This record gives sequence, C-alpha cells and structure tokens, in this order.
Amino acid sequence: MSAAVEPVPVTAVRGSFGGGFAWSFGRDLTLALRHPGETMLVVAFFVLVASLFPLGVGAEPQLLQRIGPGVIWVCALLAAFLSLPTLFATDYADGSLEQMQLSPHPMAAWVSGKIAAHWVASGLPLTVLSPLLGLQYGLQADTLGALALALLLGTPTLSLLGAACTALALGARGGGMLLALLALPLFVPVLIFGAGAAEAQAAGLTAAPHFSILGAALILAVMGLPFAVCTAVRIALD
Amino acid sequence: MKINWYYFASPATFFRLAGWVAPWMFAAAAILAAAGLYVGFVVAPTDAQQGEVYRVIFIHVPAAWMSMFIYFVMSCYCALSLTFNTRVGAMMARALAPTGAMFTFVALWTGAFWGRPTWGTYWAWDARMTSELVLLFLYFGFIALGNAFEDPRRGDRASALLALIGIVNLPIIYFSVKWWNTLHQGSSVSFRGTSMHVAMLWGMLLMAFACWAYAIGASMTRVRAIIIERERRTNWVRALVGARA
Repeated sequence: MSAAVEPVPVTAVRGSFGGGFAWSFGRDLTLALRHPGETMLVVAFFVLVASLFPLGVGAEPQLLQRIGPGVIWVCALLAAFLSLPTLFATDYADGSLEQMQLSPHPMAAWVSGKIAAHWVASGLPLTVLSPLLGLQYGLQADTLGALALALLLGTPTLSLLGAACTALALGARGGGMLLALLALPLFVPVLIFGAGAAEAQAAGLTAAPHFSILGAALILAVMGLPFAVCTAVRIALD
Repeated sequence: MKINWYYFASPATFFRLAGWVAPWMFAAAAILAAAGLYVGFVVAPTDAQQGEVYRVIFIHVPAAWMSMFIYFVMSCYCALSLTFNTRVGAMMARALAPTGAMFTFVALWTGAFWGRPTWGTYWAWDARMTSELVLLFLYFGFIALGNAFEDPRRGDRASALLALIGIVNLPIIYFSVKWWNTLHQGSSVSFRGTSMHVAMLWGMLLMAFACWAYAIGASMTRVRAIIIERERRTNWVRALVGARA
C-alpha cells in the first residue's frame, strides 16, 4: 500500500516592497555570515592598508594626526570597492539573478535589500573599526567621533553608487579595472566631504556642514539609485 | 510645413545628413578659429595684471565650456536612446565622447600652463580642477564601458545609464567656483554683462564657436564611421560600398 501524496497547498506570494526587501536582505546577510572568510577579508584589507601608511610615510605623531582621517577614508573606499563583486556578479554567474527577476516582489525592493546587506557586511564593520584605527593615528576623541559618524553617513552612499557601477559592468570584459574606472570617480565627492568632516573637527571647526552634505547625498542616493540599479540589472539580463 | 522628426532617426538617412554637415562645420571651424586667433593675438590688448600669459584664455575657456556642454548633449542623446531605444541616439553619444574627453584634457592642460606663471603652480586640488578631472574619468569610463561588451547594443545601454548617473558632476563643476571660495577665479562672462575688454570677449566667443563647429564636425565624421561599422550587413551599406568600389 503506497501512501497517497498529499498535494502541497499552493499559496500565491503577494509581492510587496517590504517582503522583497526583507527576503533579499536576509538571504544576502545569511550568505555573508556563512562565508565569514570573505567578509573578514574586507575588514582585514581595511586594517592592513591603513597600517601600511605609517610604515610608508614615517610614524611622526603630528604627520599621522594630519593624514589619519584621509587615509582611513581612502582605505574604507577601497574596501567598499573591493567587496562589490559579491553584490551581483556571483548571482549573475549562476543564474540566481534571473530567478530573482521572476519574483513577485518589485525589483527595487530586493535590489535595495541586497545593497543594504552589502553595507551591513562591508560598510558597517569598517565604521565600527574606524575609531580603533584612528587611535593608531593618534586622533583626538572628538575627531574619532566625527570620523565614525562621517563613515556611518558616507559608506551607505558608497554601497549604493558601487551597486550601480557593478550592475552596469555585469558580463563586461576587463572586470576589476573597468569597475575601478566607473566607481572610483563617482566616490570622489563622498571622500571629499567624509574626510573633510574629521579634518574640520580636528582643526577646531564644526563638522556639521559636512554631515549635512553627506546626509543629503545619502537621501538622494537612497531615493534615486535603486531605480538606476534596477535598470542596469535589466539591461544585463536582457 | 510639417517636419518628420523620425526621418533622421534612421541610420541610413542620418549617415547622409552627417556627411553633408561635417565638411561645412570643419570649414566654419577653420574660419572662426583663424578670426578668433587673430583677435586674440593681435587685436586684444595686453592684460594689465597678467601680461601676455592671459592669452591662454582663448583656448582654455572655450575648451572648458565644450567639455561640460558636450557631456550634457551626450547625456541627452543617452536619455533619448534609453527611453525611445533609438539607435542613432546611442551612436551619437558614442561619437561625442572622445571629442568631449579631448576638450576636457585640453582644458586641464592649458589650465596647468596658465596656472604656473599666474598662481605659481601647475596644479592645485581646487574644487573646479578636481571636478573637471572627475569629468575626464567619467568620459573614460563611458568609453571603456561602451566597448566592454560583445554586443554593441548592450554597451550602448549600459554606458548610457552611466552617463546619466554621472551627470550629477556637471552642476558641481559649474557652481564649484561659487560654492567653494578657492584658487580658481569665478566667471568673467555672464548674460548680464562682462568684466572683460570687448576685444578679449570677442576673441573668446569666436574661439568658442570654432570649438563648437569643430566638435560637431568631428562627431559627425565619427558617427559616420560608427554607422558604417554597425550597419555593415545591411543592403544600403553594401550598395554604398559596392558603388564606391
């Protein structure tokens, strides 16, 4: 006697922004946690490169205090850039991206979720670690705070801009170098105002204007760039 | 009279239009440049503060204007090609990019040679220079991304979107001398009047129109090459090549 196969009840998944965001955010974050090596590589790269500068330019405390915020920002920018390929390229290579496009959720939702997960896995650890690196450079406590706050406001913008560039470069020849040429010029304004915030604080001025501009850039990026990323992914999947 | 705007959206008809426009534009560029250089070097007086070195303005300012304006026109063509999926729009954007990059480079290079005697330095990390340098990299990124795909249409669409994202840089360059009070001086020319000698202004405007005509001529010549390359399997190109051979 064979057991009758119970028919699985088919429940239609209702597409929604929140559902799509939560699904892809959870999925990508789980993937990042299951491959802790890759996530830690970004952090290790950040700390390592930031530690190379005092060895290269000399360990005079005044010089280090002067260049510290800028060096830490450049390292954060490079670390954010180097972690970009995990955002879409692996899903594009194994076909998952096409499957996600078929999902009932709006595309902007799951794309935003992926970008948010990328930031949590790369930008957030760098922000948390930055005061520690700042201590290595002998920065004052208030400068450390300004640096961390600037990174907190700036690194999500980097993730959003980087997501647009890496989606545009899906399937292109020239891989990493091409991505550098696309993404790094767009990162420049964030770098200028981010590093400027900590430098203004160190010079005894207020960092508030820099925070305002970083915040404004983040709001604009959050509102506009997910749609640009969607268009880029659609172009890639055509 | 009703103008059929779609007529020139076909590569075959646009090819003929471009072939007709280009020589006229090159001729206009030569005449305007000759007139502009005559006014610039002979008619315009020596500057009271800077001496003769200020004459770099006759190439520096037109090149800087063109570098921004060409990017703007290029993005308009990109928007056109993305929204209406036009082929000629994408080809025009690709044809404009090298000319725009060239003018950006000329603006930076002449700026360096102007800066050395007047500011005492070839380069300063001033807002306008930095944003102009970013513009140069945007042009390079546009060209590189467009050529990075096997399928040229895929490259067209990806680079068009990149150009539209990069357009945020244009207002930053334009307003940089107002927003940041740095080394690069503000604009001497506006629609309300000018702080320049009238011969200097005319020399600069003539050179600007010469650059404009050159940019149109060069991009029209380049777009013809792109059209022939892309449409090489169509009957009209075969007929054209057969007629020439």
